[in-house]
Amino acid sequence: MIDRLRELGYEVVGPRVADGAITLGEITSIAELPLNVRDEQEPGKYRLTISDGGYFDHVVGPHSLKPFVFPPRTTVLQVLKVRDSWEARTPEPPRPKRAVLGVRSCDLHALAIQDRVFLGGPHRDPEYAARREGLFLVAVNCGRSVPTCFCVSMNTGPAVTGGADLVLTELADGFVVQVGTERGSLVLAALNCRECSSTEIADSNEVPRRAAAQQTRRISLPTVHDTLMNNLNHPRWDDVAKRCLSCANCTMVCPTCFCSTVNEVTDLAGEHTTRERTWESCFNEEHSWTGSGAVHPDTKSRYRQWLTHKLATWVDQFGTSGCVGCGRCITWCPVGIDLTAEVAAMEGGAP
Amino acid sequence: MTPLPVNPWHVHMTTVQAVLPETPGVTTYDLTFDDPNAGYAFRPGQFNMLYLPGIGEAAISVSSDPGEAAKLRHTVRALGNVTRAMTRLHPGDKLGVRGPFGTVWPVDDCRGRDVVIAAGGLGLAPLRPVLYHLSRHRADYGRVTLLYGTRSPVDLLYTNEYEAWRAAGIDVQPTVDSAGGDWHGSIGFVTALLARLPLEPTRTVVFTCGPEVMMRFVASEAVARGVPASQVFVSLERNMNCAVGLCGHCQFGPEFVCKDGPVFPFDRVRRLLLVENF
Repeated sequence: MIDRLRELGYEVVGPRVADGAITLGEITSIAELPLNVRDEQEPGKYRLTISDGGYFDHVVGPHSLKPFVFPPRTTVLQVLKVRDSWEARTPEPPRPKRAVLGVRSCDLHALAIQDRVFLGGPHRDPEYAARREGLFLVAVNCGRSVPTCFCVSMNTGPAVTGGADLVLTELADGFVVQVGTERGSLVLAALNCRECSSTEIADSNEVPRRAAAQQTRRISLPTVHDTLMNNLNHPRWDDVAKRCLSCANCTMVCPTCFCSTVNEVTDLAGEHTTRERTWESCFNEEHSWTGSGAVHPDTKSRYRQWLTHKLATWVDQFGTSGCVGCGRCITWCPVGIDLTAEVAAMEGGAP
Repeated sequence: MTPLPVNPWHVHMTTVQAVLPETPGVTTYDLTFDDPNAGYAFRPGQFNMLYLPGIGEAAISVSSDPGEAAKLRHTVRALGNVTRAMTRLHPGDKLGVRGPFGTVWPVDDCRGRDVVIAAGGLGLAPLRPVLYHLSRHRADYGRVTLLYGTRSPVDLLYTNEYEAWRAAGIDVQPTVDSAGGDWHGSIGFVTALLARLPLEPTRTVVFTCGPEVMMRFVASEAVARGVPASQVFVSLERNMNCAVGLCGHCQFGPEFVCKDGPVFPFDRVRRLLLVENF
């Protein structure tokens, strides 16, 4: 499949072991996939161990689809000094053809949320639109969950229910492939596959059920909006602010966080300026800066902004939660803050 | 309204026609579009992103007459790196403009009503287009009152226009926090002027712009006087970066202030305005 996608002109991106984690990067053969590698994840903890579970025995690492459609750094405007004036032009966005292998259900839901953010309003983001169009998605059904996973309660997994061109399920002796799109079926047709047996289909349906049964964390999706918005002065915000380092890790690993800032980058002569958009975080003071100071001047107000946006006001803005239950923000928080525990502490109102 | 450019980052170049010092630290810049076909039009309450290449953008409300969109005016306080750099502009210099963005003071929806405009400090700048509009269409409205407060008499903006507004039938009431013996006007907050203003609350709309705490007091006073909260409008200030709801900086609960605001009916934002640092 990797060869076929490369023949079709796609850069193939998939999970690899790098820097002690499963990260996404270009792969050219199946040998680069993390065979029999498993990730152990807990609040503030991530370790790789050896397993016997095949190619996709890991779940989500620090990378998501986000950087492929919303790059961490990009140019939105180029300005040239011409005599006494300036000539500004918006660059043509790159249109890479990229296939991502091993995408999980939570990340497909995150992409659908990003689609609403960047493409659903009156102002479409041109670069996102161009990159999104060239994306070919090969999903994988999760066969295990880690303790930080809570996609079941967010209705976002672990079984892939849509949004992918092809869906793989790994069994002990091979893969079951489901077709998601016409594009996907064209890729599959070129491969040497046979029809699945009914046993194989039944076994493949068991795979995500096994992962779902392992989940212990949860958020009450129907009530979390009001739980947070009715407790904006709950003492728990002060409590979490004492633990939170305001480091922005959670927003960087989050597959849906979309804040950005445009900065000026100028040559020494001042004749050529590019406006570069980089990822920004609501945990930075500059994020809310106005002429009369920061609207969110302390960690308490910034954590509250992040959590209420992610789980409550996102619904008001985009008709969907901003959280897909991937658990990255829990794993990659250096002090192990667990948003499901913060929400739970506010359920039932102030103490 | 102007059709929006396909690419939200597209910048129009303008030429600075005049630089008018207003009050200490505050300057008005008159701009014209270099492209005669720019087709720019705005409505009262909207803002532009003003751009100096190599320095950056600042969100500034339009303070000119919407009936003369080709003559764009912005009144700016030198506060951040962009607005400070703007003080070095001279006539003939170039300034980039993206816009217009945001919601409007609903002047069309309040025809036939009494209009109270309550401004504080630089908050008069985004309301000046309303004053021009009401002056031009004065017969369409009932009583029109401008309550305008600043710290001291030298901070009052646009003093040379008050006579024209009065002549158009607008009751202009300036007030200052403190003044010397040569000030013969009112002393005290805008809220105090509002408290003693005769009102027919149900036929009154209130537009207020100024420091957030002042708008809260004005809006609460208006509501206490019986004006429905849905007929009181505030203009919020938040950090603006993209101005089109994509960058996340300006969020205020469910609102993106750049596209859902800056002008909001008070009943829509009242609850969250009372939450500290939200």
